[in-house]
Amino acid sequence: MNYFLTEEQQMIQELAAQIAREKIKPVRAQLDEQEEFPWEIMQVLAQADLFGLYIPEEYGGMGGGILENCLAIEQLAQACIGVATSFAASGLGAYPILLYGSEEQKQRYLPEVAAGKRLAAFGLTESSAGSDVSGIKTTAVRDGDHYLLNGNKQWITNGGEAEIYSVLALTDRSKGPRGASFFIVEKGDPGFSFGRKEKKLGIRASATRELIFQDCRIPKDRLIGREGIGFINAMKTFDKSRPGIAALGVGLSQGALDLAVEYARQREQFGKPIITFQAIQHKLANMAIKTEASRALLYAAARHMDTEPPDASKLAAMVKVFSGDVAMEVATDAVQILGGYGYMQDYPVEKMMRDAKILQIYEGTNEIQRNIIGQELNKEYSRIKETFF
Amino acid sequence: MHIVVCIKQVPDTKNVRIDPDTHTLVRQGVESIINPFDLFAVEAALQIKDASSATITVITMGPPQAEEALREVLSRGVDAALLLSDRAFAGADTWATSVTLSAAIRKLGNVDLILCGKQAVDGDTAQVGPEVATLLDIPYATFVKKMEPLDAQHLKVTRQTDEGTEVWKLSTPALITVIKEVGEPRLPSLRHKMRAKKAAIPVWGIAELGLDANDVGLCGSFTQVVRVFSPPRRTDRVIIEGSLEEQVEQLYRYLKEAKVPGI
Ligand SMILES: Cc1cc2nc3c(=O)[nH]c(=O)nc-3n(C[C@H](O)[C@H](O)[C@H](O)COP(=O)(O)OP(=O)(O)OC[C@H]3O[C@@H](n4cnc5c(N)ncnc54)[C@H](O)[C@@H]3O)c2cc1C
Repeated sequence: MNYFLTEEQQMIQELAAQIAREKIKPVRAQLDEQEEFPWEIMQVLAQADLFGLYIPEEYGGMGGGILENCLAIEQLAQACIGVATSFAASGLGAYPILLYGSEEQKQRYLPEVAAGKRLAAFGLTESSAGSDVSGIKTTAVRDGDHYLLNGNKQWITNGGEAEIYSVLALTDRSKGPRGASFFIVEKGDPGFSFGRKEKKLGIRASATRELIFQDCRIPKDRLIGREGIGFINAMKTFDKSRPGIAALGVGLSQGALDLAVEYARQREQFGKPIITFQAIQHKLANMAIKTEASRALLYAAARHMDTEPPDASKLAAMVKVFSGDVAMEVATDAVQILGGYGYMQDYPVEKMMRDAKILQIYEGTNEIQRNIIGQELNKEYSRIKETFF
Repeated sequence: MHIVVCIKQVPDTKNVRIDPDTHTLVRQGVESIINPFDLFAVEAALQIKDASSATITVITMGPPQAEEALREVLSRGVDAALLLSDRAFAGADTWATSVTLSAAIRKLGNVDLILCGKQAVDGDTAQVGPEVATLLDIPYATFVKKMEPLDAQHLKVTRQTDEGTEVWKLSTPALITVIKEVGEPRLPSLRHKMRAKKAAIPVWGIAELGLDANDVGLCGSFTQVVRVFSPPRRTDRVIIEGSLEEQVEQLYRYLKEAKVPGI
């Protein structure tokens, strides 16, 4: 379908698709099996200028927005969302700096992220703080010209691989949500170490580790913005990054649909290709409808979100929830269409089904996204004076 | 350092068919690609540029649509492109092609290094590189897998031959044809891709090159393709596959069936 993308946007798609086809597809099974971090592919993506799509030109980026970033993520995800997650998570880690960082912080960190020279990561979740972000216990205490960080962050994508970490910590426990602040922590900072690499159901090409802060001493100019705006920064960051998760879903759905249709046209049972059976056709039709719908919603919402609208949180949640759910369904149906072959590791749909599940969990579970949408609707309608009855 | 890379658009060999009646290549509907070995030449040039401060110009002789190949290479990071296109160039054999390319390189001037792929996958002659060097009266080395600049005027090159490896010292300007061991061609980057889309690509014909129509294209060719054909398939061949044990077992069975004495 023609989404009336600009010439530049089409080039982004083309280039990302070429990388997916030539560099990711041939190695995805191996990366999954061996749980290898895809450094070589990260270097290809860096050399292709894709890490800086959403970063302004004055900080070494390409000056695009959410849509441009999503176009690249979608194409990469078509081959492997483990690799694409590692790519996208660098953006998640950089957004807190881009949104609220000082000019000096932006000048210092964003060009390196844009060039793909250093990966970024985002450290929010803790063992006691998953959906309930206010449960975080990591603290940052001012000590002269430094802050001392103590606490653990759990399940951090790119943990151990990235060099730049945006970390949320409490600067004033008494202030509740208004007492949290983001800090930039660099790999190698004293008192900063990593836990073991997690074993996962899917996206096994991505690295997930614990971040451990034991009297981690960082200069005070690593505070992002000012004390107390950490939660606002986290929410605004999610508004920018959740569409990227949706793009992972759209790409994965398309990848699974492509394989399912191709297989159904070739596989013969009862003397006919199985695509001639209505039960298969309807399944494929539903997969195609949902895939295209999730793409259409993503592109339309991404364009809208790039205008900095007031309803960004609601839309970011909508695209994340919809395309995540669709990807899970489409991948599961693809396995069903491939039957026993679909269940075997010899065919990529088995991995796609394992991978898809994460889309409903990270960057806010889909339940939490629905909560957000519900709360936003409640707010929105409270402002409307007329009645619809 | 100014490097010129010569590239050629060829039919995608994965999809080439021979017309059974005319015995010629069916070019209709066949996509054009850049000769794969030329992409290694481009990569070799880019590696030199990465290490020092080289300027790379890529040239091709071909029909107007060969511009597409030049833009593709621009998107991988070469600096400039030049299209040699003229009706008079049509039907050129390797000699007439080399006459045209060398005239262009002479006109560009100040060229330190010329890089070509070891051969084009459509003609497979491997002649154009050495011919261009000969016409320009400069040294050349073929089938090169590695090159290192020694000083401003010399290169150390490593050639791969059927007999083994040869190391040569070459004085520049020189021409080198490369093999795939120089390194896997890099992919385009977004910035280069955007620049490539808008880049102005000059087109030079016989007028610009100061050539006589009789010296180029079909008129300037010493050889002509009379007929292209694929040799009839030999049906008496069997390819044995599988593990070594399975292969040996199968071979043994064949020999036994053929009643080879001693089996
Ligand atoms: C592979 C992976 C990578 C990750 N990467 C990062 C990262 O880079 N950075 C980072 O900070 N975090 C990361 N996370 C953490 C992730 O964001 C959290 O797992 C997620 O937010 C959910 O938190 P939880 O796992 O503690 O689940 P819980 O919050 O314990 O939720 C358990 C269940 O209860 C439901 N639930 C909870 N509260 C409500 C409610 N109010 N209403 C309805 N349902 C509710 C949830 O939807 C879920 O189904 C990652 C997680 C994984 C698995």
